[in-house]
Amino acid sequence: MKGMIAVYRKEMSHYFVSPVAYIIVAIFLVLTAYFFNRLLAVIIQEAFQAGFEEGQFGGGAAFDVPSLVMRNFFGVLSTLLLFITPMLTMSVYAEERRRGTMELLMTSPVTDLEIVLGKFFASLTLLVIMLLPTAIGFAYMLHHAEPTAPWSVLGSEYLGVLLLGAALLALGSFFSSVTESQLIAAMLSFGAILLLWVLDFGSQAGTSAWTSAVQYLSVFRHYDDFTRGVIDTSNLIFYLSFIVLGIFLTVRSVDSMRWRRA
Amino acid sequence: MIEVNDLTKRFAERTAVDHVSFVVNKGEILGFLGPNGAGKTTTMRILTGFIPATSGTAKVAGFDVFNDSLEVRKRIGYLPENPPLYMDMTVSAYLEFVARIKNVPAEKRQARVEDAMVKTNIQDKRHELIKRLSRGYKQRVGLAQALVHDPEVIILDEPTVGLDPKQIIEVRHLIKGLAGSHTIILSTHILPEVSMTCDRVVIINRGRIAAIDTPANLTTQLKGGQSVIVEVQADRNAVSALLRDIPGVRKVSSDSAGSNGHTTVIVEASPGQDLRSEIAAKVVGKGWPLYELRGANLSLEEIFLELTMEDSQHAEASSN
Repeated sequence: MKGMIAVYRKEMSHYFVSPVAYIIVAIFLVLTAYFFNRLLAVIIQEAFQAGFEEGQFGGGAAFDVPSLVMRNFFGVLSTLLLFITPMLTMSVYAEERRRGTMELLMTSPVTDLEIVLGKFFASLTLLVIMLLPTAIGFAYMLHHAEPTAPWSVLGSEYLGVLLLGAALLALGSFFSSVTESQLIAAMLSFGAILLLWVLDFGSQAGTSAWTSAVQYLSVFRHYDDFTRGVIDTSNLIFYLSFIVLGIFLTVRSVDSMRWRRA
Repeated sequence: MIEVNDLTKRFAERTAVDHVSFVVNKGEILGFLGPNGAGKTTTMRILTGFIPATSGTAKVAGFDVFNDSLEVRKRIGYLPENPPLYMDMTVSAYLEFVARIKNVPAEKRQARVEDAMVKTNIQDKRHELIKRLSRGYKQRVGLAQALVHDPEVIILDEPTVGLDPKQIIEVRHLIKGLAGSHTIILSTHILPEVSMTCDRVVIINRGRIAAIDTPANLTTQLKGGQSVIVEVQADRNAVSALLRDIPGVRKVSSDSAGSNGHTTVIVEASPGQDLRSEIAAKVVGKGWPLYELRGANLSLEEIFLELTMEDSQHAEASSN
């Protein structure tokens, strides 16, 4: 436990003494602010139009602007995570292996699991730090909207993003642990995440057991329910087991460094 | 303090460590001497719990390095060949991290970091980023890292690489000062380093131990006693013939013809014999002018070469 905290603190300070974290966070915030702004503007305009048509012709459905903005925004967010998480995890192990500092960690009185968990929670913390400022816009919107959307929906959406992000970080950490090159680590995790993403599209047609199995594996599919404000236990279990599997594989990979080193 | 028993490490294509056994007593400095690729680093990595052995056992402070790896790691300070430094950290932040990960309790951490910096003489660089330091300072930060938790056992893989002569002397003093309260293993391929700092030497070649003894014993006993260098103004053959007759002489080899009619020969004596007075008497008895007569111990360098060469010759002979 102490070892894990030591590794965690080192990772956090490492993120913030190098410019890498600042650049990633800045890019992320610029993009999310832009999307939030655009979505809000477009949807408000549509709502006006709908209201205008309603006045002219009568009828028409009520337009729930806050919920629509949130759903669309979190849809975009999942795509952004696809690009951002490989950047957060690429150096986590690859750089330590290249520099030889893995030798320090692995000859210190900490278990491999403590090393892996310390690093995982640090990258997760950075993700939370990235996501926090996006809540400001929503808080403002929900506060001023009439009628407003329930806060619980927003909570479920953030939970979904966090779980999706954590799963992708666990995956990216694993790929970082199999190579000494940050670039290869980033490409591997980007490729893997992309594959998980397109699984969702490719399998939508069929109804066989095979396609439903493939659909189940798509990390983004399980995210949809969260964006609608539905917290389904099966989705929770999916993400948690995905994260545990990623961490387990990383621990095995770190352990295997001891055995194959020549 | 450290017991290594029949340790073997095989990699896919070669055997890096081949049935190695030795013991290091508490407070001792043991030197690992061997050419590059002899198995020094592999042995150290097994002792620090970084890699497991293929067979055999190693114990540090009574704990098995494989089964009680965490207990061993608590008691070891280790400087790998390339100092494991985080380039983006400052020296003091780095040492604090190492102290934390090595389980130094919070209230002692500051003092331990300070102490390690003083010992390795890097206090004035404490706020510098490690990547801005020179090679020598980086090496010393690496050394400080190995000392920061005041471990019982310190394992140093080529600790003086990259240092200038003055720093090398400082580091040797530091290592000598640590002995007694710490048990130290250091590896090197620099021979004088071993004779200057170590209590005992393990000469390792091709994964096998070629010799293990004190530097003094290695230089005297191992190669069968003393040799004497004699410079005489006389014919070479006559000198050789005369000296060969002295009882206790094993071998007379002429070194060089020398200029102005001088002959220099090296006389190897049987172990435990001092032939200098007899040689002097014989030469003077002949009426030859004697210019020089001095005992020469084989240097560690020569022993080392001889041991490692012999071994490779054997290996070649057996493979034919």
